[in-house]
Amino acid sequence: MTERAYEMTIGLEVHVELLTRSKMFCRCSTRFGDPPNTNVCPVCLGFPGTLPTPNLEAVRLGVRAALGLGAKVNLHSGFDRKNYFYPDLTKGYQITQYRTPLAQDGFIEISEPRKKIRIRRIHLEEDTGKSIHAGDDITTAEYTLIDFNRSGVPLIEIVSEPDMNSPEEARQYLEKLQRTLRFAGVSDVKMEEGSMRVDCNISVRPKGSDIHGIPVEVKNLSSFRAVVKALSYEFERQVDALKAGESISRETRHWDEARERTHPMRTKESSDDYRYFPEPDLPPLILEEAFVEEVRDTMPRLPDEIAAHYTEKLGLTEYDAQVLTLDPNLSSFFDRCVEQGADPKMAANWIMGDVLGYMNRHSLTYEKIPVSPENLVETLGLIKSGAISGKIAKDVLVKVIETGKKPSVIVKEEGLTQMSDEGELLAVIEEVIAANPGPVQDVRNGKEKAIGFLVGQVMKATRGRANPAKVNIMLKEKILS
Amino acid sequence: MELWELSAWEIAEKVKAKEISAQEVLEAHLSRISEVEPAVCAFLSVLEAEARIAASRVDAKIAKGEDPGILAGVPCALKDNLNMKGTSCTCGSKMLEGYISPYTATAVARISEQGGVITGKTNMDEFAMGSSTERSAYMVTRNPWDVDRVPGGSSGGSGAAVASGMSALALGSDTGGSIRQPAAFTGVVGIKPTYGRVSRYGLVAFASSLDQIGPLARSVRDAALLLEAIAGFDPADPTSAERPVVPWSKRLGRPVKGLRAGVPKEFFGFGVTEGVRSAFSNALSHLADMGVIIEETSLPSLAYALDVYYVIAPAEASSNLGRFDGVRYGLSKRGKGYLDMYRETRGEGFGPEVRRRIMLGTFALSADQYEAYYLRAAKIRTLIRRDFERAFETYDVLLSPTTPTVAFKIGEESGDPMTRYLADVMTVSVNLAGIPALSVPCGFAEPSGEGGSGRELPCGLQIMGKRFDEETVLTAGYVVEPFIREEMEEKSARMRRNLILAKECEPVD
Repeated sequence: MTERAYEMTIGLEVHVELLTRSKMFCRCSTRFGDPPNTNVCPVCLGFPGTLPTPNLEAVRLGVRAALGLGAKVNLHSGFDRKNYFYPDLTKGYQITQYRTPLAQDGFIEISEPRKKIRIRRIHLEEDTGKSIHAGDDITTAEYTLIDFNRSGVPLIEIVSEPDMNSPEEARQYLEKLQRTLRFAGVSDVKMEEGSMRVDCNISVRPKGSDIHGIPVEVKNLSSFRAVVKALSYEFERQVDALKAGESISRETRHWDEARERTHPMRTKESSDDYRYFPEPDLPPLILEEAFVEEVRDTMPRLPDEIAAHYTEKLGLTEYDAQVLTLDPNLSSFFDRCVEQGADPKMAANWIMGDVLGYMNRHSLTYEKIPVSPENLVETLGLIKSGAISGKIAKDVLVKVIETGKKPSVIVKEEGLTQMSDEGELLAVIEEVIAANPGPVQDVRNGKEKAIGFLVGQVMKATRGRANPAKVNIMLKEKILS
Repeated sequence: MELWELSAWEIAEKVKAKEISAQEVLEAHLSRISEVEPAVCAFLSVLEAEARIAASRVDAKIAKGEDPGILAGVPCALKDNLNMKGTSCTCGSKMLEGYISPYTATAVARISEQGGVITGKTNMDEFAMGSSTERSAYMVTRNPWDVDRVPGGSSGGSGAAVASGMSALALGSDTGGSIRQPAAFTGVVGIKPTYGRVSRYGLVAFASSLDQIGPLARSVRDAALLLEAIAGFDPADPTSAERPVVPWSKRLGRPVKGLRAGVPKEFFGFGVTEGVRSAFSNALSHLADMGVIIEETSLPSLAYALDVYYVIAPAEASSNLGRFDGVRYGLSKRGKGYLDMYRETRGEGFGPEVRRRIMLGTFALSADQYEAYYLRAAKIRTLIRRDFERAFETYDVLLSPTTPTVAFKIGEESGDPMTRYLADVMTVSVNLAGIPALSVPCGFAEPSGEGGSGRELPCGLQIMGKRFDEETVLTAGYVVEPFIREEMEEKSARMRRNLILAKECEPVD
């Protein structure tokens, strides 16, 4: 049997840090990147005698996430304790929602193939501190350092049904999830900063079999790329094992990014008995219908809705619409350009080509789009009016970004206005003809292509200020007449 | 009369009237402590310096004409599971030896705001698990009435400090009787308030759904005064109730004629001694004379209260004590790996009773046993709560002895935990139901089997009330005091004199 004779089933558990200013159960800051153990207090350090006080903003963002993912919000839920020992868990238990989650039965739609991935549950919980091992893991490290700044940061966990059948589907699910939560303003969803964390469950079985495969959990995935690679690796590993007649063991495996393989994690002594029970320090979480409706009414527009607007109303392609809705800052940048009178297609091309290109070269994030909509719109206007060529405009845009000056100022200062004076242009053309007798002869002999070389020479001599279409016509006239 | 013999409300009145200064009151108590503490061993730490600063602040406030608060200059001791910033908080455990608290409990802060002067931290059974204060990792506190006997527990240090005149007031915590039982054993008043009445923020948790902080004092009025100071909603404790605080100490003395009191017969199935029974009956007949309507009643589910308590309390404790891992504070032992660190730290830091309860609780919550133990206990707890609610449709208060026996001898407690736990039968159901209860001295009795020795020890009457109806409970308790006032005054004066002659106690090995 070949690999094609097997199929995989994937379910994802995604942890997302909520964009609250303070932690889930105390008023410490959630700011990322502060010096270790500076955003801490007796509550999030688990000092004896302290009690949790729930952050209503976290509940609000949790509800917003739930509504954005089409889930049903449970008006009655509550908190539970998940008990286990680990040095970065300050209280010996994590406060989470076990019996009844904040929301359930949501979905995410992916496009290739077009299908709905069901979301089983969305629940609130608190994050743990962050362990940094001086070695591979806690059992072999010489020592472990712990930063409790993260301890108590509000999280939602989004658990999908095992509805995905390829690493690519998983990637699409994650991308869509990330995009939705980003637009909903729920989280900044950055895998590299750990504000989005993904655990995968994958099982493999012979195609057509109605017996479910044994699920294996894969952890330590720090990018979508890692998710795809780890799932592909696991699929092959499990298929190989099945082909060899081995059985798959139900276990948690660690993705080794450097070696591009998974290996079994040492099983924790306490195995998996978390001794869940209702958190006695917190009353039940009871939401008013009106609160949920208010969250629904104040929901920011989500990417699907915005993309539909771009294709249907602004005439963009599906692809352009998808790219522009990768990030809320990007799409609102585009929206502002259009509001200020830019042609949507032209604006889209310039944003996706030159603006994003510049950002890529300089590793800028969407939070730092380096040009203002006003300046981009003005640049596009200069092209449209024929004041500068598209080619010149590319350089102007870079200068706008680097100097912060207005495009019209740069064009003026550097004398970049397109040459429209025929006399001036004619002088240059005559010089080029005189200097290139060979190609000129070629044109006379009917070699159409040679004209391009001569146009290039004229453009070069005018530092791009000449209108190439006009140059073409004038050259032909001059040579052939 | 010595200043340390004054009641709390008398101290507050006199300090406010500038008849005496808070500093004089404090010095009188500090010298009383140095006089009798060696024989009683109630304090794990005496906060002389902090107390002197607090007392001088109260005096300065009064000098400036500011309101010093309802506890002006009143010395108050804290059970050593209550956090006060910059001071130790051992919980009677080696686990927290040398630990200095970084913050202050709400109840403690409220005492200070009301002009109270915190004098020290009192001994307790380790992490409040016990009924004798013998299970402290540091020392055994003695009962001032008979230094060969236990003061009860787990708030035994607080009871002994108040009874012996070392403190006018003390805070304890009550999870299954830990205020009421030592109050009964040491002849003082103790209140377990309604769950949610007093913020638990800063009380080191034993069983979160059962714990309440409450006062111990030498009179109902004093206890009411302290409750007034500490009660009320606290945003730092989401289980605290948004109920208005009643000026209980000023509402006492209302007539009890027509008050309906039920006596649950289930409490008498568990070896209540003859002496306790007779003190209880005397109190009932006095109450009847005052017009209280007393009837026997039945709360059938009480038969299961102990079983339910000894599932729920250890279950919650096993989780609450998970934080003592040697990583951030307290005892920290190193081993080969991190699991060794846990084993060594927790193995050495916790005493046998705490370890036993952690194991019981861990078992009750384990996935295989959860339904059979924790979930079933939680369901029966609801039945118990309903039984109380039903009883309170008919009665204003329920009455029982606080304990089946008077104080027992040090070292006499049964080695069999099951037998020991039986002694909590009168008190645990109150915590399961979340209702308020008061223990007020109602007489004296000889220990059973020691008839004719002439040595009599105090007995407590437990008055249980409806949720948030501390007022009726206190009103009823207030009328009990006069029944034995003369006897109490005479006997306690003798007890306090005798203490000076008692030999010093020795630290636990």
